[in-house]
Amino acid sequence: MSLATQTEAGLTGNFRVTRSRRNVVWTGGGALIVVVVLAFFPYIVYSGTTAILVQGFIVLTLASMWNLLAGYAGLVSVGQQAFVGLGAYFVLILALHGFSPFAALPVAAIGCGVAALPLWWLVSRLRSGYFAIATWVLAATVMLIIEKFTSIGGGSGMPLPGFTGMNPTLLTAYTYWAGLIVTVLALAGIYLLLRGRLGLVLTAVRDDEVAARSSGSRVGLARLLVFVVAGIGCGAAGAVLAISQLQVQPSAVFSIQWTAEMAFATIIGGLGTIEGPIIGTVVYMVLQQTLQSYNAWYLIILGLVAMAVALFARRGLWGLIDERLNIRLFPVGYWLRSGQGDGPDS
Amino acid sequence: MAWVNAIIQGILTGGLYALFACGLSLMFGVMKVVNLAHGDLAVIAGYIAIGVITVTHVPVLWSVVIVVPVMAVLGYVLQRTLIQSSLDRGVLTTLIVTFGLSVVIENGLLQFFTANSRGIGAEMTLVTGSFKIGSQIEIAYLLLLIFAVAVAVLLGLQYFLSRSKYGRLIRAVADDKEAAQLAGADYRHVFGIAAGVAFGTVALGGIAFGMYSNLDPTTGTDTILLFAFAAVVIGGLGSLWGTLLGGVVLGVAQQIGAQINISDELLAGYIVFLVVLVLRPQGLISRRAQP
Amino acid sequence: MTEPQASQPQETGTPLLEVRDLVVHHGQLRALDAISLTVLPGEVYAIIGANGAGKSTLLRTIAGLHRPTSGSVIFDGRDVSAVRPERRATQGIVMVPEGRRLFGSLSVEENLKVGATYARQGPWNIERVYEMFAWMRERRNQLTAQLSGGEQQSVAIGRALVSNPRVLLLDELSLGLAPVVVQRIYGMLPQILETGLTVLLVEQDVSQALRVASRIQCLLEGRTTLEGSPADVTADQVEAAYFGLTGAASASPADDRSEA
Repeated sequence: MSLATQTEAGLTGNFRVTRSRRNVVWTGGGALIVVVVLAFFPYIVYSGTTAILVQGFIVLTLASMWNLLAGYAGLVSVGQQAFVGLGAYFVLILALHGFSPFAALPVAAIGCGVAALPLWWLVSRLRSGYFAIATWVLAATVMLIIEKFTSIGGGSGMPLPGFTGMNPTLLTAYTYWAGLIVTVLALAGIYLLLRGRLGLVLTAVRDDEVAARSSGSRVGLARLLVFVVAGIGCGAAGAVLAISQLQVQPSAVFSIQWTAEMAFATIIGGLGTIEGPIIGTVVYMVLQQTLQSYNAWYLIILGLVAMAVALFARRGLWGLIDERLNIRLFPVGYWLRSGQGDGPDS
Repeated sequence: MAWVNAIIQGILTGGLYALFACGLSLMFGVMKVVNLAHGDLAVIAGYIAIGVITVTHVPVLWSVVIVVPVMAVLGYVLQRTLIQSSLDRGVLTTLIVTFGLSVVIENGLLQFFTANSRGIGAEMTLVTGSFKIGSQIEIAYLLLLIFAVAVAVLLGLQYFLSRSKYGRLIRAVADDKEAAQLAGADYRHVFGIAAGVAFGTVALGGIAFGMYSNLDPTTGTDTILLFAFAAVVIGGLGSLWGTLLGGVVLGVAQQIGAQINISDELLAGYIVFLVVLVLRPQGLISRRAQP
Repeated sequence: MTEPQASQPQETGTPLLEVRDLVVHHGQLRALDAISLTVLPGEVYAIIGANGAGKSTLLRTIAGLHRPTSGSVIFDGRDVSAVRPERRATQGIVMVPEGRRLFGSLSVEENLKVGATYARQGPWNIERVYEMFAWMRERRNQLTAQLSGGEQQSVAIGRALVSNPRVLLLDELSLGLAPVVVQRIYGMLPQILETGLTVLLVEQDVSQALRVASRIQCLLEGRTTLEGSPADVTADQVEAAYFGLTGAASASPADDRSEA
C-alpha cells in the first residue's frame, strides 16, 4: 500500500491492533499439550532419557535467561555462571541444615534474585565490553570466595545431602519434574514479562535508547529487573543442576562452560526471540549427544556455528523459520491491521 | 623482609601484565573492540613456541623471533576478516564472535594438547635462577628480564605511535575514522596494523608467561584476559604507561594477598580490579572518559 | 551579486565532476530526489539551501561516505559511484567535512601530515599551507582541540589541501564561525583556485555563497529549485527557491518533479 492509501484507510478509522498476525491461540493449547506429555515421561521412558532431558531443561532455562539479557536488554553477560553456582550452593547450604533439596529450590532461586541486586550495583554503569568482562570477573570472584568455606566443601566440593533413603526411581522422577517446572515457569515468566510494559520499554531501548529515556521510560529499572530475573532463572537452573548431579563442585557449577552453552544455544536458535533458545537448545542437545565421545569437539563445533550464525544469519534458526512461515509461537509484538486485511508489519 | 620481597616481585610481575594489557588497550582504544579471546591468543603463541622449540630445537629465546611476527601477521589477517565483519555488525556481534573464538581456541587446545600444563625453558638458569641483593632480597632473573622487555616494548610502542606514519594513522583513525577516510586512509588496513601490533605484544606476553609459569588451555581466560583487562582498567584506557602502572598495582595487590593467605593471590587481584571498576572505571591515569 | 566573481571557469565543456539523477535515502527518508549537477574545471560551484535540504548529504555522497540508492557520480569522465571514500580521496576528490572533524588528539602538524600521507603529486604541501596561514607554523605542535573555531577550520582546509585534490568539497565552512572569520577564510579561495583546483561548496550563508561562486544551485527538501550563475538570478528568485515559495521563476529550468 502506498502512503496515501494507508493514511486514507487510517482516516476512515478502519484500523485495529492485534497481538499476532494469524490466529495462534492454538499455540497456547499446543504448548499445554507438550508440557502434559513431557510430564508423563517418567512413566514412559527410561531414566537415562529423563536424565538427558533434565540436562536439556537446564540449558533451555539458562539460554532463555541469556536471551533475555542479551537479546532484549542488550546486556552481554559472560558471568551468569555466578548465579548457576550460587543457586547450587544455596540448595547445598539449606540441605546441610536439614531441608529437602526440592523445597530448597524456590528459596535458592529467590536468593539468587536477591544476590543479583548488589552485583547489579557493581556493574550497572558499565557498557558492553566492560560489562562483559566485569561479569566474568564477578563470577570468578564469587567462586573464589565460596571455595574458602570448607564447611560447604571448599575447593573440591561435596555431595548433596537430603536424599538418603529415597527411592532412586522416584528421585529421578522428582528431579525431572523439578527441571520441567523450572523451565515452564521460566519460559512463561519471560513471555508474560515481555508482553507487558517491560517488553515495550526494552524494545524501545533496543531501537533508540536516547529517545526511550527522554520519553520517560525507566530504562535503568528495566535493565535491573531483567538482571534480577535472569539471576533468579539461572539460580533455579543451578539448583536443578545440583539436584541432578547429587553433588556440588565449584569448578563444575561455576564453569564458564555454562555461559558458552547458553550463549551458543541462544545465538544458534535465534537471539531476541523467545522461540530461539528452544530451538537452540534442541540443536545443542543433539550435537552433544552425537559428539559425546569426542570430548571437546561439540563445544568447538557449537562455537564455530554460533560465530557463523552471528555473522551471517543474525536471527538464527528461528529467524529463518519465522521468515518462511511468518508465525510467532510467543507473540510479544503488535501488528497493525487495517479493515481490509493484513496491514504492513509493525 | 618477606613483604619487601613480595612487593618487589609484585612490581616486576607488573611488567608481565603490562605486556598482556597493552595489546588489549590498543585494540579497544583504536577499534573499540574488547577481544574476549585476547588471553587465548597469548596461550596459542606459547603453544606455538613450544612446538617450534620441540621441532627445530632452536634456543628458547629464538622462538620469540619466530612466533611474534607470525602472530602479528595472524592478527592482521584476523582483524581484516573476522573482527572487521563483526565490527560492521555491531558491538553485540563482536562480543559474541570473540567469545566464540575464545571457546573454540580453548577447546581446540584441549582437544589436541590435553589439559596438561606446559612450561617453556624450564631447564634454563635464566628461567629458574635468581640473584640476591643483600642477604634478604631475592630477585628472579626472568622477572627482571620480563620487566625490562615490557618497558622496552612500551617505549617502542610510544615511539611508534607518536613518530611513525602508521602510528599517526592509528591515532587519527582512533579519533575519527571517517575523517581519516576523507584523507585517503583505508581504516580497515590501519585497524589491521593495530591488531597486528596487539597480537605481537600479547604473543610476547604469552611466551613470557610460559617461561614464568605454566600454560594450559584455560590459562587464556582464567589468568591472562582478566589480568590484562584489570591492568587496563586500573591504569586507565588510552594510556600506554597506564597499563604498566595498572600491572604493577595488580601485581603488588596479588603479592600482598598472597602474604596474607597463600591462596588469596588471585582473589586479591580480582578485588582490586572490581574496586577500581566501581569507583573509577576510567582508571588511575585517564585520558578519555569511560566509554 | 553585482560584485566581480572570484573565479571564472577556465574552460567550458568537459565537466570535472558530474552528478546524475542521484537518489539518496537516510533509512526510509528520501534525502535527495534525482539531483543532477555538473562542475567545470576551475570554477567555484555553490550549493545553497536551508537546513535539511540535503546539501551535506549530497556532498557526503560525492565524497563516498554515503551510498546512493540510484544515480551516479562521475569524476573526470569515470563513474566513481562504487569507489570507496579513501580511494576517491586519492583520486582527487577531497572533502573538508562539516564541523571540521580534526583529529583531536593530534597536533596541527600531525593533522597535516595525515592529510599528506596519501597525497597526490601537486603544488600543495605542508610548507605551502604554513605560508597561506601565517599563524600556523608557530602553533604547529599544539593540539587542535585547543584552537579556536576559525583556526580549526583553517587546519581542516590545510589538511585537505596537502593531499593535492583536484576538486575540493567544502561542507558548511561558515558553521559556528563569526562572520569576519568566515570572510577571511573565503578570502583564501583565490589562492586555492590559482593552483588549479576546482571547488564545490555547500553553504547556508547565501550572500557568502553568491559572492564567491561562479554558479549556484539551490536545494529544497532534496530537490533542485534554482540553478544558474549569481549574475543571472535576482534576490527574489533566490529567496523563493530557498524557502520554497510557489510561483517562483528560475534563471534556468529547474527540475520540476511532482509529488510521488
